[in-house]
Parts: sequence; structure tokens; C-alpha cells
Amino acid sequence: MKSATIRRCGPLTSGMDEAMLLDIRNLEAGYGAARVLFGLSLSMREGEIITLLGRNGMGKTTTVRAICGQLRPVGGEILFKGARIEAAPAHRIARLGVGLVPEGRHIFPNLSVRENIMMSAIHRPQKKESWTFERVLSFFPRLAERLNNGGSQLSGGEQQMLAIGRALMTNPDLLILDEATEGLAPIIRQQIWATLENLKKTGLSMIVIDKEVDSLESLADRHYVMEKGEIVWSGSSAELEADARVRDTYLSV
Amino acid sequence: MADGASRPIRAALWPALVLIALLALAPALSIWLDDPFTVKIATRIVIFAIGAVALDLTLGYAGLVSLCQAAFFGVGGYVVGILAWHQANSEAVLAGWMGSSELALTLPLAFLVAGLFAAAVGAVSLRTGGPYFIMITLAFNQMLYYGAVALQKYGGDDGLQIINPLTLFGYDISNRYKFFYLALTMLLATVLLIDRLARSRFGVVLRAAAVNETRAIAVGVAPWPYRLVAFAITGALAGLAGALLAASQQFISPADMAWDRSGDFVVMTALGGVATVWGPIIGAAAFIFTELSLSSYMQHWQLPFGLIILAIVLLLRGGLAQLVDLARGAKKGGEAVHD
Repeated sequence: MKSATIRRCGPLTSGMDEAMLLDIRNLEAGYGAARVLFGLSLSMREGEIITLLGRNGMGKTTTVRAICGQLRPVGGEILFKGARIEAAPAHRIARLGVGLVPEGRHIFPNLSVRENIMMSAIHRPQKKESWTFERVLSFFPRLAERLNNGGSQLSGGEQQMLAIGRALMTNPDLLILDEATEGLAPIIRQQIWATLENLKKTGLSMIVIDKEVDSLESLADRHYVMEKGEIVWSGSSAELEADARVRDTYLSV
Repeated sequence: MADGASRPIRAALWPALVLIALLALAPALSIWLDDPFTVKIATRIVIFAIGAVALDLTLGYAGLVSLCQAAFFGVGGYVVGILAWHQANSEAVLAGWMGSSELALTLPLAFLVAGLFAAAVGAVSLRTGGPYFIMITLAFNQMLYYGAVALQKYGGDDGLQIINPLTLFGYDISNRYKFFYLALTMLLATVLLIDRLARSRFGVVLRAAAVNETRAIAVGVAPWPYRLVAFAITGALAGLAGALLAASQQFISPADMAWDRSGDFVVMTALGGVATVWGPIIGAAAFIFTELSLSSYMQHWQLPFGLIILAIVLLLRGGLAQLVDLARGAKKGGEAVHD
């Protein structure tokens, strides 16, 4: 019944490699005996914004952890800017240009706001247009007023801004945001979405995971829907908006 | 450490300088009281404060509980003792060198040798974490302790007496007031070095990795080399402190590097308040005063001492340094915002 509307992503042809920023092929990963990802494949070009959609427990965060090197995959390949990274240590992947805003924010509570941001600049790759302290603060003026405050003294929204600022300061070519608006007041969520729109204008490639599908549709170029560790649907924002069945089947809580 | 998230950011340097200035008055007090014992206690406080302030880099900032501090302390002491022994006995240490009792040479050597030992111990120990790190550093402490016991030539279990007078740039340093100011200068240098390191990028990495290693790695910073350097610096400064102890008492023995002495260093640092440069100075002073006063009343002074430490840890979670914060009415800076 649903098969008519579901397009499975087949393996990608190798000829597409060079244009791809991120290319994941048949990724299998899990925690000990518990397998979470079963042959996941997805890819994105430079400058694209994609989303991972799906209910809780379908493997979105596990995918992110595998990309960032925090979880060693048991099978498959991850190519970032053409280089295999699935076996690379996490700090090397970060230095290659993968920036992560983790679920739960996890800023350093015992460092000041200034030190939290400074920490990211220590081993980052050099770029023509590096993120500077001032540029990060121009995106988040509220942080400028809190520079010498401890990370643990910030509100939830400020912590989220700091988590994004910290990830930007690593000079990422790919920014991954895992549930960046979770647990925040509506007005703060709006600010975060506005910030992501601004980042989009700079041409930054992003993978965004969030529960607010409507906001994602206006921000992102393409969407991948996950179900039980696999990609079961992918398409543009217009296609997702038009496809009530996908929304009902995989995204309704 | 587990409560790293609630650890306030308080890294002021001036209280440490005030404490050092107060300590500098000890010889005057000693003369005024006509009590030479006062300056001896003050020297001991200063020496142990060097070891405790140094340990704070590893314990307070990097959040690693090391039980190997006494071993590096002892290594430094034996460097001074053994080199003086060779000079006194006119026996070559290596390649015809007859040793030395010149502290301008042997103190830096003690710093260096202890630092090399610490780098080797750290390279192995830092592969582990948490309780395993504590256990493996304890094991290394015991290895080095028995290594010193096995040095039969240098007194073995009985320890090593330094019989020749020690000099500094050729001048006799056996005057206890002169020696006190030498030790105090070393404490000042240690405090300035640790304070500088704690504020630098290096210190930021140590502090960040102490509370969340995964996040530090996610911004491209692998903490291992930073921790190794911190561990080596801590060990080298412990060696310097041990060298000063050996020089001040003209004696070093394996008892100075027993594992419970490593525990004493942890207590001094935690007692005064971790992640400050001045907390460990107060901790060392409080520890040595309490040890002295309680041990003159009773043989089993460790029992009431343990109770006092329990009270401080339970009532003042920031250590004795928190008393100053309370007195200033300062708000506790570390109330974590949990989501």
C-alpha cells in the first residue's frame, strides 16, 4: 500500500563522488549486540541543507554519532569531501570540518562563555574565511553580554546559542544540529530558526534533526525519512509537503 | 572529578600572593618568638604547598586523581641526596662526574628527572581513566617506593643522610632563614607557573576535558597530550619540592615517598579547594598544623584528623577556599542550570 509512494534510495554510483560533500553507503552500526542502522545510505552536496526525519529510536542520533566518529560502524562507508572517515578518530573528523551541535547542548559548564568558544579554535582547520570571535557574537548578541559568565549560569536558550557558536568556531564545512530547538521556549526556538536561516545564506552545509517539520521544510533543501535504521523516503521540501502519506506514516507521533 | 559541573570558576591569583607574603613573615616571627621551630614548620608548609599547588594542575584542573605524587617527590629528593652522596664519597656517578652538592645544579636536575619519571608513568596511566587511573598511579607509586627501598648503596630502607654542606651558587645554604626564602621563591614560581597555565588555552583544554571529554574531542581537541604534559609538569614540580625537603632536612628516605604520602597531597589540595592556586597553600598549611597539634596530644591523631577532613568535605564543598568566598558574601558561581 505504501510502496507506491516510497522511493528507496539505491546505492550511489561512484561517478558522483567528487561533487559530494558527504556520502554514506550501506552504513551499519549499533551498540554492542543491538544493531540500530541497517544499510543506511544518503548523500549531500556542498551548500545543501538536509534533514533526518523519523520518530524516536529510528537511528537519527546514531547516524550522527557514526558520522562524527563517536561510534565505530560495523559496516559500510562514510565519505567526507571524498575521504573515507568511518574509521577515523573523532577529533580528526572534527578537524576535517565536521561541526556538531549535540543533542542536550553539552556546553562546558566550568568554562566561561569566552573560553567555551575559544576552546573550538585550538585545533580547527585554517580557512580563507575563518569564523572569528566577533563573527560568532554577531550571530548571537546575547552571548556578548555574558562573555565572562560560567557556562552553567546560562539559560537553556543561551546554552543552545553557545553550543552553536562553539560548533561554528571549529570552521565546519558541515554543521550537524541534533535537536537544536528541543525543550526551548517558542520565542527562543524562533530565534534559533532565524539563526539557521542566516547561516544558510552564508552557504554553510547542514544536517538538521528536529521535531518541527514545518520549520525544516522552509529551511532545508532535501529530507531523508528514517524508519528502523534505514532511509525509507527522500525528497525535496515541496515533495514532503505534498506527501501526506509519508508525513502520517513516519512522522506523526 | 564527578562534581566538576558545579565547580565555580574562581581563579584569582592575588589570594595566593597574599598568602606567600604572609608566609614571608615567618622568619621574623621565629626571631621574635625566639623559637627556631617556627621557621622549620614554615619551611615544611612551603615545601608541601609546592607539591600541593602542582598537584592541583592534575587534580583540580584536569580532574585526574593521581596517587603517585609522593613518588615523584621522593625521586626529586633522591636526586639531591644521591648526587651529594657521590661528592662526599668521591665516587663517580657516571663518566667521571663526581656528583654535586650545588643546589643551583641539583634542584633543576631533580625537577627534570622527576618530570621524566612522571612523563613515563603518565604515558601508561593516562591510557586508562577514572578509578583505573587512581589504581595504576598507586601501583607506580609503590613500584618507585620499593625501588628506593632496594637502593642498598644509598641506605635502602634506612634512608640517605646528606653529610656535606649544600650550596647555592657557591654560598652555604644551611642557614634555615636563607633556606626558607629559597623554598618560598620556589613556591612563588610554582604559583605563577600554575596560574599562567590554568588561564592559558592549555588550562582551558584540561578543564573542558575534565567535565566532558567527548565534547572536547568533538571540537577537534584530543585531551591526551595535554593531560600528559600536565602530569609531567605536576611530577616535575613534586620533584622540586622533594629536592627541597631532602635539602632542608639533609635526609631523604623511602618513607617520604610512601603511598599514604600521595594521599596526603590529595587531601591538602582538596582540603584547601581544588582549581585555585591558593587553596592548596591553605590546605598544606592546615594539614601540617593539624598534624602537628593533634600528634602532640595523641598517638592516633589520624582519627580526629579524618573526622575534620570529613566535616570540611561535607560542609564546605569548595574546600577551605570556600570560607573566603562565604566571608566575602560572594555568590556561589556554579549553580548548574539543568534542562
